[in-house]
Amino acid sequence: MNPAAQTPEPAPAPAAPAISDAERAELRRQGILLTSIEELYNWGRSNSVWPLQFGLACCAIEMIAASMARFDIARFGSEVFRPSPRQADLLIVSGTVTKKMAPQVVRLWNQMPEPKYCIAMGACAISGGPFKQGYNVLKGIDRYIPVDLYLPGCPPRPEALLHGLMELQAKIRAQPLTGPAAPAHLRPGADGGECVIPDFGPHDLEPPHDPARWQPPRLIRTE
Amino acid sequence: MNPAAPPSRAGASVRAVQDPFHGDLLEVSMGPHHPSTHGVFRMIATLDGERIVRLKPVFGYLHRNHEKLGESTSYLASMPYTDRLDYLNSMTNNWAYALAVEKLAGQAVPERAEHVRILLAELTRLLNHTCLAGFLLQDTGCSGTPLMYAFREREAILDLFEALSGSRMMCNFQRFGGCRVDPSPAWMEAVSALVGRYDRFLDEYEELITGNEILLARTQGVGVLPAALAINAGITGPMLRASGVNHDLRRVDGYGLYPRFPFRIPLGDHGDTYDRYMVRMLEMRESLGILRAVLRDLPGGPIIDPKAKLRGFRPKPGEAYGRIEGPKGEIGFYLVSDGGPNPYRYRVRPPSLINLTVLEDLCLGHTVADAVIILGSIDIVLGEVDR
Amino acid sequence: MTAMEAIEQLHARLSARFPDAAPTVVLNPGPAAQHSLLVPATQARAIAEFLRDDPELQLDTCSNVTGIDWPEREVTETVRRTVTEPPAADAPPGTAPAAKVVEEKVRRVVPGHLEVVYHLYSVARGHGPVILRLRTGDRGEKVALPSLTPVWRACEFQEREVFDLFGVVFTGHPDLRRLLMWDEFRNHPMRKDYVEPDDYEWEPTPHDRILAQARRHYPVPPTGSGEPAPR
Repeated sequence: MNPAAQTPEPAPAPAAPAISDAERAELRRQGILLTSIEELYNWGRSNSVWPLQFGLACCAIEMIAASMARFDIARFGSEVFRPSPRQADLLIVSGTVTKKMAPQVVRLWNQMPEPKYCIAMGACAISGGPFKQGYNVLKGIDRYIPVDLYLPGCPPRPEALLHGLMELQAKIRAQPLTGPAAPAHLRPGADGGECVIPDFGPHDLEPPHDPARWQPPRLIRTE
Repeated sequence: MNPAAPPSRAGASVRAVQDPFHGDLLEVSMGPHHPSTHGVFRMIATLDGERIVRLKPVFGYLHRNHEKLGESTSYLASMPYTDRLDYLNSMTNNWAYALAVEKLAGQAVPERAEHVRILLAELTRLLNHTCLAGFLLQDTGCSGTPLMYAFREREAILDLFEALSGSRMMCNFQRFGGCRVDPSPAWMEAVSALVGRYDRFLDEYEELITGNEILLARTQGVGVLPAALAINAGITGPMLRASGVNHDLRRVDGYGLYPRFPFRIPLGDHGDTYDRYMVRMLEMRESLGILRAVLRDLPGGPIIDPKAKLRGFRPKPGEAYGRIEGPKGEIGFYLVSDGGPNPYRYRVRPPSLINLTVLEDLCLGHTVADAVIILGSIDIVLGEVDR
Repeated sequence: MTAMEAIEQLHARLSARFPDAAPTVVLNPGPAAQHSLLVPATQARAIAEFLRDDPELQLDTCSNVTGIDWPEREVTETVRRTVTEPPAADAPPGTAPAAKVVEEKVRRVVPGHLEVVYHLYSVARGHGPVILRLRTGDRGEKVALPSLTPVWRACEFQEREVFDLFGVVFTGHPDLRRLLMWDEFRNHPMRKDYVEPDDYEWEPTPHDRILAQARRHYPVPPTGSGEPAPR
């Protein structure tokens, strides 16, 4: 191809004039707020994350302590812990998920409407924790449901839970409203993603993990 | 109605059952996810209108095979697991396990350690009963306020535990032959300060709650437990004493140095939920008396027996059952040793599970709302029920 | 009264009361000195009722019910036998046969059984523990034992747990079903020969059992396939 014969590329459209922060501040003083819908929508969502009132074990006590007067999760927007999954945005899996309890956890997750987030709080929810040698212990809730934030600790302090909540809020604020990374309720054609609910088998749950969500780790080093 | 049908595990949590005597009944599954079941506990209540006709508890949602782990873990390495049994009261769990192992191995404990153990056990009792008062009131429907007050005091005690052992809840503090860390004089001062102001908190709390007519209406006469049934069903702890039975292991067994510290044992007259609540409030005041006496008499000396074997601990073959009066009841450990580093059999006697034996008897004829309060007054922790 | 005297006295009273099903004393070595009584299964309910209702003992509560699994084990013992040898053919008649003491190692299999241990206390009198042991015939078919729930209601959930985790069938229990595991579960997890399902337990630096399991999960790729072999 003769580069000389190439038609010149059309000049790029002039960039929209960027509004500096000083101009933005001046406009605000005059009572005019300039923002994008994405920023506003995400600001509203991230500052009013309502967790589901769902505690499994010891970490639940630290979660309750985080909601009490000393640590006060309410000032982060989680004013109420909703008892019903239909009204909650956040599932804090706090404590060991046993195989007997796993179907109920997945069922609750499926009942929560989008946009929903999951925090795996504590070592047991992340990977089975100190009880990972258990015949009844599920080695991590991410085998069945997608986890947005892993919060290590045994139990993590209430401040750690608040830090985790702040990280989740940052993640929500950074979420675009269009494109493949948008929340599922804004993506046309998203199937809703019902997670597979395991059944009780004679020796183990069936399936033992959801292959679409979790693959067993590869063995890389053996010594 | 098939009484032997296993509880429905999938799908419907509410279903209709036909009973030849009562007609149409409703079977409701309360839990395992429920705001009021104090953890992952499930009750399958069969209702005739609003009244409970049958109630079957379902356990196992937090079964973390603690006893099987005990068989493959050494004696000392099981100590952090005992923290996670009754996860509100880790210090008393630790003491019960240490007591059982000390019985098994014939290990002596120095006096200072015994005093510190009593101190921590009574602080744990304060913590537990305060939390129970908050949670019970939460169950009656005062959403949040009494629990906030209770947790404010709990945080003060947790600060003491954290300063001493490094962790708020999972303290892992007792060792076989004493305690892990020697408390400093500054820590003792902090405990004295807490004990000094705890009475005022109890007065404030009681003024807010105890005479409240809603609490009286909802708890008096609800869930009456007769004394004979309580003894036969193995009920222990404040629940037994609320039915009028004078049985407190601190008096009966006289473990540790409890015989040196006089205290009264509050007993209930009726055995209802109100008595179970009041017994715990009065026990808190007695605990403060014990704490003051211990702080006054605390001797010096080693905090752990110098001859205690920490590494390579292999008790001789045999078995032992050791128990203490924990805040929820009699918590005991039964250990069978075959001379190896791990126990051959490691068993926890869970007070919460055995106190639930009479749950159905207490709830029959009451409404669903009363069942919630009765469960709250039994004071269970699922880590202990399911282990 | 020492623990030894107490257990001997109790043993004497029970043997006098139940002559055809007398319990045996199981001594507990070790400093705890908590000796127990092995009670035959046939008379266990009657003995339990006697212990509860006797005015001197009044063991009105059962504090703890434990199951223990004793699998069968092979024991090698040295046995001394006296062997008589007939006199040699050319020995003079009337010679006594020679006797020799021979030591030989004998292997025998001690059959396994399941054991249920009851710790009984008295609230009325404040004494205890009195420890009862019941043993099953074996670990396979003969695993039935009488339930003591009609005597002490405290055994209700604990016997269900022993059924669930060990497999002991308690006859006479009002509601014998699994307590902790789900109803569809097969196996009895607390037995010593229980094999846990392989559910991809993970460790960053695996060794022993987990390493052996992990190696089975992924076959080693053939050489030359381009995939790095696990080192």
